[in-house]
Amino acid sequence: MPTVEDLVERLFAGNRRALSRLLTLIENDTPEGRRALKQIYPRSGAAHTVGLTGSAGAGKSTLSGALARELRRRDRTLGIVAIDPTSPFSQGALLGDRIRMQDLTSDPSVFLRSMATRGNLGGLAPSTSGVVTALDAFGMDVVLVETVGAGQDEVEVAAMADTTVVVLTPGAGDDVQAMKAGIMEIADILVVNKSDLPNADLFYRQMSAIYESYSAARNGWQTPILKTSGAEQEGIEALVDALDQHRAHIESTQQREAHRIEQARHQVLALARQRLIDQLVADHTTDGRLDEIVARVARREMDPHSGADELIA
Amino acid sequence: MADDKIRVLVAKPGLDGHDRGAKVVARALRDAGMEVIYTGIRQTPDMIAEAALQEDVDVIGLSILSGAHMELFPRIIEALRTREIAPDEVLLFAGGIIPDADIQPLKDLGFQAIFGPGTSTQDIIKFVRDWAATRPVRAT
Repeated sequence: MPTVEDLVERLFAGNRRALSRLLTLIENDTPEGRRALKQIYPRSGAAHTVGLTGSAGAGKSTLSGALARELRRRDRTLGIVAIDPTSPFSQGALLGDRIRMQDLTSDPSVFLRSMATRGNLGGLAPSTSGVVTALDAFGMDVVLVETVGAGQDEVEVAAMADTTVVVLTPGAGDDVQAMKAGIMEIADILVVNKSDLPNADLFYRQMSAIYESYSAARNGWQTPILKTSGAEQEGIEALVDALDQHRAHIESTQQREAHRIEQARHQVLALARQRLIDQLVADHTTDGRLDEIVARVARREMDPHSGADELIA
Repeated sequence: MADDKIRVLVAKPGLDGHDRGAKVVARALRDAGMEVIYTGIRQTPDMIAEAALQEDVDVIGLSILSGAHMELFPRIIEALRTREIAPDEVLLFAGGIIPDADIQPLKDLGFQAIFGPGTSTQDIIKFVRDWAATRPVRAT
């Protein structure tokens, strides 16, 4: 029976089966998975991590496939993490992103892993960053993370990726949508996908007008707006060029360092928060205090803030 | 918090494009709380084995209506082996149009069940769950 150390060693030797087993251990957040991450983490950090987000049906999977093909044409090795939702009722999930990337399955320089959100909000799965770390340490040049269909507030991916691509489609809301805070603001690159649709040009012009007026360059980077058609494989070369330019930009301006500090802060705090809450719930489920406080709040004998104070006290 | 989900690959090998049965099974397993990776139609043995490797699935369910199972299934087993996945490490089952005479040879090959037309999805769910409950603890 191979140990975690064996698996890690085989991962560094380029064994895909070992990589895959480790991804499962990391995804399930087992003690072995945590032990593996401890050994893998120091050897990660070289890959360009790219987040791809946008609403359901915006064409993220098709665009991921198109992007992957162009990256392969440029001889980059590639890890893809594709996230789909877990059912809140059955806890099951149907993960269908491979359908759009069938031709990439047999490419030995591509590794595609599907993940379910398992109850996590924010567009990612709970262990996504660990899975990205492993693909990165495996030696992939690019790790592409495709979020679950995101609405307006699923911005977690930006805290994890070096470059965030937000995918929009014509007809998915007027220009006022684009002026709202949230998902639009996290874009390092904005993509108007399905550019083969009839009203695509009008939508593209509206978006460009908004961006020119309000998004003065952020940290010296002007978010480009690109037209693509994932299905027709159009505009993809320009998108990969923009990815490369963004990476060069964050590296040359030392923003990458600052960004990595933010990423690390986000990860440590997110994990610490989760552990504290798990511990609190475990402790006070055993001694019955949680139920007792909840009952008093439900009876209006205590307000929720006081209930939380009492639980933490 | 360890969360050991049953991960299932549902795939259609070969050239027939009738994926209704595969989709019904995929949905039923999803509704039973499993994580189902659906690959779509027209999969080669290598594509199926490679998807099983990348997704590290516990279970592989194949749907075939074309009659090419005796040709394709051994090649799938072989493609799994070349990726260091032994047939007894995963639960292999198949469904579709498979004559009775072929069932035993497929079982000898490593398939643990063949589900014919009219099988209740509840039977398939129970079969997968029973296997998961008694499977040996996986090597890391």
